[in-house]
Amino acid sequence: MMNFLDKDNLQSDIVLIVIFTIAILTMPIWLQPFGAAYPDLMQKFAIFGIFATGFNILFGLTGYLSFGHAAFLGVGSYTAVWSFKLLGMNPLPALVLAVIAAGIFALAIGYLSLRRTGIYFSILTLAFAQMSYNLAYSVLTPITNGETGLRVLRSDPRIFDGNGSETGPLVANLFGIEMTGLSGFYFCAVVLILVSWFAIMIFRSPFGLMLKAVKTNQNRMGYTGLNTRPYALAAFIISGMYAGLAGALMCITDPLAGAERMQWTASGEVVLMTILGGAGTLMGPMLGAGLIKYFENIFSSFNESTLESVFHFLPEGMREAAISVAGLFVGEGWHLTLGLMFMIVVIFLPGGIIEGLRRLAKAVFGRKRADDTPQRGGDTAPTGH
Amino acid sequence: MDQILLQILNGLDKGGAYALIALGLTLIFGTLGVVNFAHGALFMLGAFCAVAVYQFLNLEQVTLDPDNLTPWGTPMEIRVPYIESWFGETGAAILNFAVPLSILVAIPVMLVIGITMERGLIKHFYRRPHAEQILVTFGLAIVIQEIIKVWFGANPIPIPAPALFSGSADIGAAFGFAENAISYPWWRLVYLAFSLAVIGAVFAFLQFTTFGMVVRAGMADRETVGLLGINIGKRFTIMFGIAAVVAGLAGVMYTPILPPDYHMGMDFLVLSFVVVVVGGMGSLGGAVAAGFLLGILQSFASMTEVKSIFPGIDQIIIYLVAVVILLVRPRGLMGRKGVMEG
Repeated sequence: MMNFLDKDNLQSDIVLIVIFTIAILTMPIWLQPFGAAYPDLMQKFAIFGIFATGFNILFGLTGYLSFGHAAFLGVGSYTAVWSFKLLGMNPLPALVLAVIAAGIFALAIGYLSLRRTGIYFSILTLAFAQMSYNLAYSVLTPITNGETGLRVLRSDPRIFDGNGSETGPLVANLFGIEMTGLSGFYFCAVVLILVSWFAIMIFRSPFGLMLKAVKTNQNRMGYTGLNTRPYALAAFIISGMYAGLAGALMCITDPLAGAERMQWTASGEVVLMTILGGAGTLMGPMLGAGLIKYFENIFSSFNESTLESVFHFLPEGMREAAISVAGLFVGEGWHLTLGLMFMIVVIFLPGGIIEGLRRLAKAVFGRKRADDTPQRGGDTAPTGH
Repeated sequence: MDQILLQILNGLDKGGAYALIALGLTLIFGTLGVVNFAHGALFMLGAFCAVAVYQFLNLEQVTLDPDNLTPWGTPMEIRVPYIESWFGETGAAILNFAVPLSILVAIPVMLVIGITMERGLIKHFYRRPHAEQILVTFGLAIVIQEIIKVWFGANPIPIPAPALFSGSADIGAAFGFAENAISYPWWRLVYLAFSLAVIGAVFAFLQFTTFGMVVRAGMADRETVGLLGINIGKRFTIMFGIAAVVAGLAGVMYTPILPPDYHMGMDFLVLSFVVVVVGGMGSLGGAVAAGFLLGILQSFASMTEVKSIFPGIDQIIIYLVAVVILLVRPRGLMGRKGVMEG
């Protein structure tokens, strides 16, 4: 396993990055047949991809299950909006500040939470996140604007904007390029590619290896005289920064930050994405994030008449029944589908979709191919510690 | 002084709910070693048992009254619940006591749900890591919640307490304070008494019956009990059912205090986990004590005097206590040394 600087591995990583870059940048083309090629949704793919990738650095590598990651997302969003309000609508300072703020926040929470492991760690992070959420709604209203949500107003100083955008719409603006529609997506996509590349570097680095060792057997690491906590804390902070970045990107097209982004159900969602795709794999979490956002979009937009056309081929009586059954799972009932999907994955496929694909590949291509696949794709450490 | 007494009372009924849910969570953890994130959903299901019974009893018979006309000239509709038109006074009384009567329905229903859940899902997760137990029960909680939402809608459904308990008790007078200084809704007193009774029953069951003795032995050393030829797995399954019943009963009786909606379980779940952790993982007494303690703390924190010193403290007090306890004394108030410490 000590072949992280191996030439083959490096090459395959470069191939991976190139394929990944092409795939992301051509999303508007190949998502067309799936009906998902509009910028809003693709931007969501990218943002939640970043969020899940960051979460995976913590959960996938070290095995620490944080139930409070949405707090960092919220901090990122608030910081970004404040940056828009005070400095101007350029997204770059907003991203940088959001990442720094989320990092500091993660340092504080991680420093305390990482004193415990297992479920105690989960509950600590959950408690911190709920505290942030409750405070954002109540006492911190001057900073967060409470229930209404924080938004950019025309009367804000925005000192670097000059007076150029007095009349224009209040959207983020990268040196003259307005962050709406496709350009907004491409901005997020470029950020996604950069941070994914960074994540791959972490996975392959000695540091990443150390994190995997923390997951596999923390006690033994202790016996070798190594203090694991700084490594875990570093992973926690990095993953918090990813979340902050994702939170800031959410404000790019719609400069609005609300406290509900910090609620623990939002933390649950990112856990779900990561598990669904495959925790501890490189591309799994991103896949999971994409799938969940895609199905959320598709399923929740279904209504009676779309169902009618889907089940058009059935005879009269059966059609009614099929529509009423399917109606439970779409539209308003999308969360039911999500919950079921989640349970099925955890029960039958704890390794996530990537694990499923690997098993499939094993079945199709036979043993030899399957033997080296996990090595290349990396990281099928058994969950738990 | 009367303020303090009032806050203690205010905390007790909420504390009762926390204690009941936390007791169930701890029972499940202590017997089966499973971290059950769907326990809040069981509380919610209990509440909706009451809703279902109430709605069923309230099915109305519509008759037309030709003597009275509406302003539109059509006969006035008279809506009478069937039960009232069939049984008269008795029927009205049954309707009035819908919530307490729901207990009779909730016990078998929750027992069946609990046992089904354990046999159908949880038993496959004994040997899997806690993280996966959390995740799968979390998924189950979402599913249960959404099914309830489909059935009963998303809005809170108010359920009245029996008329007998609808007023407020003037507790202040009993303690020698001015009249009406401390008035406290009767139903909350009933809830407190009820939760104490349920807690007492569970403890008595564990302490004084042979079944309870075997279960306690199994919690201490499952393997040895198994070697003695006792089917401990079966008993633990039943304990899971009992834990579900306890959570369900907490929900049934809570409906007049808080109109149930589909996500009430999640709200209580997070708090109950905090309660369990504060009390000490696996400690039944700790769970009960911490439940009442945190309920009272929460109501003290929401006093205006306290809030003016620490703004926002009422929102975070419970989490704050949990964080401090976890960092300083991870086994909780009454937990045994070494149980889930880390």
